[in-house]
Amino acid sequence: MAIVEARGVSKSYNGRTVLSQLDLSMGDGELVCLLGPSGCGKTTLLRIIAGFITPDSGTVLVGGKDVTALPASARRMGMVFQSYSLFPNMTARDNVRFGPRVNGVAVAEQFRRADHLLEMVGLASHSGKYPHQLSGGQQQRVALARALAVQPQVLLLDEPLSALDAKVRAQLRDEIRRIQRETGVTTVLVTHDQEEALSISDRVAVMNEGRLLQVATPAQIYREPADGFVARFIGAAAVLPGITEDGAVRVGEITLHADAARQHAGGRAVDLFLRPEHVRLEILNGHIPAGAVPADVGDITFFGSLTRVRLTLPGGHGIWADLPSEHAEQFKPGSRVLARWDASAPRVIPRG
Amino acid sequence: MKRLGVGGWVILALATVYFIGPLVLTVIFSLWEGRGHYGISAYITLLQRPNIVKSLLVSVELSLATCAALLVLLLPAMVFMNLYAPRLRPVFEFIAALPFVVPAIALVAGLSALFTGPEWLIGTPFYLVIPYFFLALPYAYRGIDVGIRAIDLATLTEAGQSLGAGMGQIIRLVVLPSLRSALVGSTLLTLAVVMGEFTFANVLLFHTFAVLINEVGQNAPTEAAALSTLSFLITWLAMAGVLLAGRRGGVQLSGAR
Repeated sequence: MAIVEARGVSKSYNGRTVLSQLDLSMGDGELVCLLGPSGCGKTTLLRIIAGFITPDSGTVLVGGKDVTALPASARRMGMVFQSYSLFPNMTARDNVRFGPRVNGVAVAEQFRRADHLLEMVGLASHSGKYPHQLSGGQQQRVALARALAVQPQVLLLDEPLSALDAKVRAQLRDEIRRIQRETGVTTVLVTHDQEEALSISDRVAVMNEGRLLQVATPAQIYREPADGFVARFIGAAAVLPGITEDGAVRVGEITLHADAARQHAGGRAVDLFLRPEHVRLEILNGHIPAGAVPADVGDITFFGSLTRVRLTLPGGHGIWADLPSEHAEQFKPGSRVLARWDASAPRVIPRG
Repeated sequence: MKRLGVGGWVILALATVYFIGPLVLTVIFSLWEGRGHYGISAYITLLQRPNIVKSLLVSVELSLATCAALLVLLLPAMVFMNLYAPRLRPVFEFIAALPFVVPAIALVAGLSALFTGPEWLIGTPFYLVIPYFFLALPYAYRGIDVGIRAIDLATLTEAGQSLGAGMGQIIRLVVLPSLRSALVGSTLLTLAVVMGEFTFANVLLFHTFAVLINEVGQNAPTEAAALSTLSFLITWLAMAGVLLAGRRGGVQLSGAR
């Protein structure tokens, strides 16, 4: 059952289109990330679902019921904001029981729910503290508990981790995932951080310029980007403009083999996308085998377990290779090596 | 912590003398009975004046009424401006600064020409609440504005709405308590402004506390000094009262974010 649906949603401000004819549906208990660069309309879509913005056209359905005309306060959606937005005059516990309190839940039940949820987010011992006495990560946990206290049909998270430092961000990300699984609440998370989106979501919805470009599982988004924007936006990839040949793409003076080129007519202008983890390097020993290209080693960046090697192909195009660090040591900047990859690895996407 | 240094202490001492000196001298003068005698006779004569309690009450009532008017009119207007019409902010700023520009005497003239009714209002001292509202407006506006800027009003409101609260509940349970210190500050300033206001009351012939001080000062200087001392005490007590009331609950709002 699709519990949250946006149908043909459009919104523009002062003649500038922010969302155009957007359709998205989310299954019960699913966690969907809206991912895209800033200004792509992802927050606008979230706020339309929340009821803070009225769309120019289109409808929002929750559990099959049209809620487009309902005010935010009548939608029973828990929302977590980037800026935490805890009520500064209330303790953590009072913040969490605010929702049940204004909805007329019995006092004993308000406290029972608040204590249970604070326990769930690991803050049972901080329930008497005021927001200014809590760290950013703790405040965001309280905000999460507060949003869950209304037993929402949908949980909406608007860049909940953006204000936190890297370590806390990773912890809280895992925690959000755990709590989301435990409660089974359908969740929409807005982020511009692809790592966050890929690691936490059941499905990722990639947006750009007010349109949904691809909605798929993180693995599909990564391996089979639907278009050039998604391929560029998700993960690292070298983008090489060329012309299709049979089972290869001609880029300037060299031919790079790629099975995917067969999906397109010969002589077509395409972009070849090559991810760094697919590129292997070998010492050049004079002979260039089929499917391999010579390349000059450029900058070498150490990432711990991995080392990223920048390579320049004949004709000047650059690609990257991610190698296990101990393996990368043998390649020195300025040396000439042999780069190769499986023919099935590159994506080939028609241009323009 | 940095040390104050000799220069700092000197400046601090000068400032203290500048502020406290006149006050101390006023108190001493109020106790002067002539020919080197000191005592509380001025206070006794003063308190025996038939109209002192009456004019004091009038001033206190006016202060409270002005505070109430500001809280009822200005506060909701500012909250709604910030939430729904932030573009109107410059208009608010302009209006709030206007009373500084218009001289009191011009305001009085305009006021008496403009408001000729209703009868039940213009005949009573509460007529003064209208000009006092504008007189205290810049101070009250500043105080509340600082408070509103310190909290993220828009997001707090949205957080409340998403949890199912109506605007009334959000204002009562979140906005007002979060603005507590700002409201206390604005109320204090309003109290002080109204308690000491002379021009309007005098021109419009209402017998407020400040008018009384002036009157007494014309013919009984030591009593006037005694009255000033009393009025200081009363205003301070009122402020302390508001401060204490505001502090109850002990919520520090500084680290709201």
